[in-house]
Amino acid sequence: MSTLLGLLSGISLLIGAFFCVVGAIGLLRMPDVYTRMQAASVIETLGAGFILLGLLLHAGLSLAAVKLLMIALLIFFASPTASHALARSALLRGVKPALADGEEGPSKP
Amino acid sequence: MARSVLFLAVLYAFWLLLSGMYTPFLMGAGAGCAVGVLLLARRMDLIDREGFPVHLAWRTPFSYWPWLVKEILKSGWDVARRILDPRLPISPTLIEIRPSQQTDLGLAIHANSITLTPGTITVEVGPGRLLVHALTREGAAGLAGSEMDRRCAELERP
Repeated sequence: MSTLLGLLSGISLLIGAFFCVVGAIGLLRMPDVYTRMQAASVIETLGAGFILLGLLLHAGLSLAAVKLLMIALLIFFASPTASHALARSALLRGVKPALADGEEGPSKP
Repeated sequence: MARSVLFLAVLYAFWLLLSGMYTPFLMGAGAGCAVGVLLLARRMDLIDREGFPVHLAWRTPFSYWPWLVKEILKSGWDVARRILDPRLPISPTLIEIRPSQQTDLGLAIHANSITLTPGTITVEVGPGRLLVHALTREGAAGLAGSEMDRRCAELERP
């Protein structure tokens, strides 16, 4: 039982690490601020999610598991708010998104 | 009043779970802190349907969250594939959608859900209007009148 849990926990941690690396690669490859944030959101959802899941399986039924759940809740409530604030202030500051259709973004939203 | 009592219970449970040490002094200090925060929150008029939405706390974990997790997995995998694709097949799009939520709380849930899903970020929120940046044209097209919109509007019902 504990070996199975350990295995699942390890697999989950590996998947989380994989998505963190993918997000980092995306952060470097994407062309502008907004698309880079899209790549980063893979890290904060799938990367952090799978790593927390792995740690949860590792912790078992304990106070540490409850604290990990609280961290997960905090991340999943706070990170979209932070992303939104960042994207909004970039647009308000006049950072033009590189759009596929070649049209200009709204200059003064 | 019932909401305040529940708020106090949640605060105290939060303290006890984070502390993990149950000496009389620490438990007394926790009770004092919980009461203090409750008084502050009441003074700021925060403990209402919007500030402490308990009616969502027992409903969403079993209906909305699992669905959202499924959506995050799907679109996260899609974004990851596009990042690793040598041709980088993205088509960034700004789109304005008209959400059907009526309350600020429902609008906030919808906007946060969009941002939480990889590949889409809510850039501007206004009454009856969301400006969304999407990584692909298909992602942008899927936003208007989506299932997420319907589900968030459903959460608003009393």
